[in-house]
Amino acid sequence: MAFEPGKIYAVWLREVKRFTNSKARIVSSLGQPILFLVALGGGLSAMLPGFNYLAFILPGIMAMTVMFTSIFSGVSIIWDREFGFLKEMLAAPTSRETIVLGRILGGATTAVFQGTVMFILGMLFTGVPIPPLMGIIGIFVLMTIFSCYLVAAGIAIASVVQEVETFQLLMNFLVMPLFFLSSALFPINQMPSWLQDISGLNPVSYAVDGMRGMLIGTSTFTIAYDFGVSLAVLLVAFLAASYFFNKTSI
Amino acid sequence: MDAVVVEKLEKKFNGFTAVDKISFNVKRGELFGFLGPNGAGKSTTIYMLTTLIAPTSGTANVNGFDIRTDSEAVRKSIGIVFQDPTVDIRLTAYDNLDIHGRLYGMAAQARKERIREVLELVELTEWKDKMVKTFSGGMRRRLEIARGLLHTPEVLFLDEPTLGLDPQTRRHIWQYIEKLRKGGIAMMLTTHYLEEADYLCDRVAIIDHGRIKALDTPRNLKGIIGGNIIRIEAREPQKLAEMLKKNGCCKAPKVEGTIVSFEVKEGGKLVPKIMSAASKAGIDVENIEMRMPSLEDVFIHYTGTSIREEKGAGGDMMMRRRARGF
Repeated sequence: MAFEPGKIYAVWLREVKRFTNSKARIVSSLGQPILFLVALGGGLSAMLPGFNYLAFILPGIMAMTVMFTSIFSGVSIIWDREFGFLKEMLAAPTSRETIVLGRILGGATTAVFQGTVMFILGMLFTGVPIPPLMGIIGIFVLMTIFSCYLVAAGIAIASVVQEVETFQLLMNFLVMPLFFLSSALFPINQMPSWLQDISGLNPVSYAVDGMRGMLIGTSTFTIAYDFGVSLAVLLVAFLAASYFFNKTSI
Repeated sequence: MDAVVVEKLEKKFNGFTAVDKISFNVKRGELFGFLGPNGAGKSTTIYMLTTLIAPTSGTANVNGFDIRTDSEAVRKSIGIVFQDPTVDIRLTAYDNLDIHGRLYGMAAQARKERIREVLELVELTEWKDKMVKTFSGGMRRRLEIARGLLHTPEVLFLDEPTLGLDPQTRRHIWQYIEKLRKGGIAMMLTTHYLEEADYLCDRVAIIDHGRIKALDTPRNLKGIIGGNIIRIEAREPQKLAEMLKKNGCCKAPKVEGTIVSFEVKEGGKLVPKIMSAASKAGIDVENIEMRMPSLEDVFIHYTGTSIREEKGAGGDMMMRRRARGF
């Protein structure tokens, strides 16, 4: 595998240009997380005196934003196949790994941008104090790792599934469970034990836990452990994306 | 060495032979046509030559590079215009070209220069900053041709370049292809439009069921039929055909509905003879027509069927795309 930075940049550039070209998608993909934050956060906060639930779910909602945009970006290879652009990329003198890497970085760029918008909105309206600089950097690094492995997982799935019809199915039966069965909305240690087991196996829990630790100082696991799990998932997802995308053909 | 050298190239899909050990050469500067109905194996051949799928057996050299062992070098030296649209409609024309140039490893200066040139060639300069989704089918096609040429390839593959375009736009695309031919690039074009192969190509290979049935210049191919084709419309076609055979006007007349048709060397002398013989025998001739053979006749001669009878997946695909608002 040759390292081709110029070509990785080309694939990245395409993802980012497509994103900035569709203003409607940027706004609409922020709508749902904002609704969750306002309705769920605002509503439950009033029922839980003495517990800043709004602050608790802010990292969860940031993760939700990143998840939707990342997986959508990875899985959109299905659309590229349907609308032909995949052929243009597969016919170029460019290695498959370069395409995978470019797409992961491109998807992560757009997703982290969305996550950042939520972060800023959270800082402005939830009363969560701004974390120290090291914390902010840590949040961004973890959010980026999280996003990269979700895009990679999306690419792996899209390389295998290939049918447009399953796209919506995937979004509903993969993204929603991953989000709800994680530590995004509820503290793990207060869940019923069966739910604890499930969310313990869900990699999303660790990304949210780490971000929460760095944002408001409460976490179930150590930050290092959260980073470790997330990096391991990234490695596996990248290998899966490369493997399955390598096997895909026009 | 020729631009493309194909030797016994074969492709099987689960036991079905899509391309059956074909061999041919495309010379430098030549416009080579692959004429056949949908499903004949044209696109499969293009996919093999552009290293998108691997052949089952046999091989080919493109610009001297082996398609099986040197795919990277092959890819750098060819341009492709696919049958189905492959431009990104959510990018501008300029960005489509720019990203293509980067994927092919072009340096910044050369890339900008070439983008300007190819946009001018296909007359899209003033549209360069417009989103491709606002483009008509013909404009998208022109953009794809420009993109295929961007990295100055030595061979350009055009897979059904005018599929789904209206006749006027088709003529327009032909003009660009003619312009390219004058520039000296080798081109291999597939089509199921007979007039396209006839009008554009230096040499044409007739392909059916994965095999090359004939290969020559359009003029020589039509020469195989020899002379003219006579078509007579009559109330009693069977009776007319019998009579024509008996008096030696032709050997094997074909009867289809009310029409009798056959090939002859010199039709001009025969027409009056047929008319007088028919009136003597009391057979009403409604209409008689004599014409030069077309590639359609050549196609029927070699494959036994008309190219227009078959409807393939290509058309359905376009319909599906259109239904989605693409």
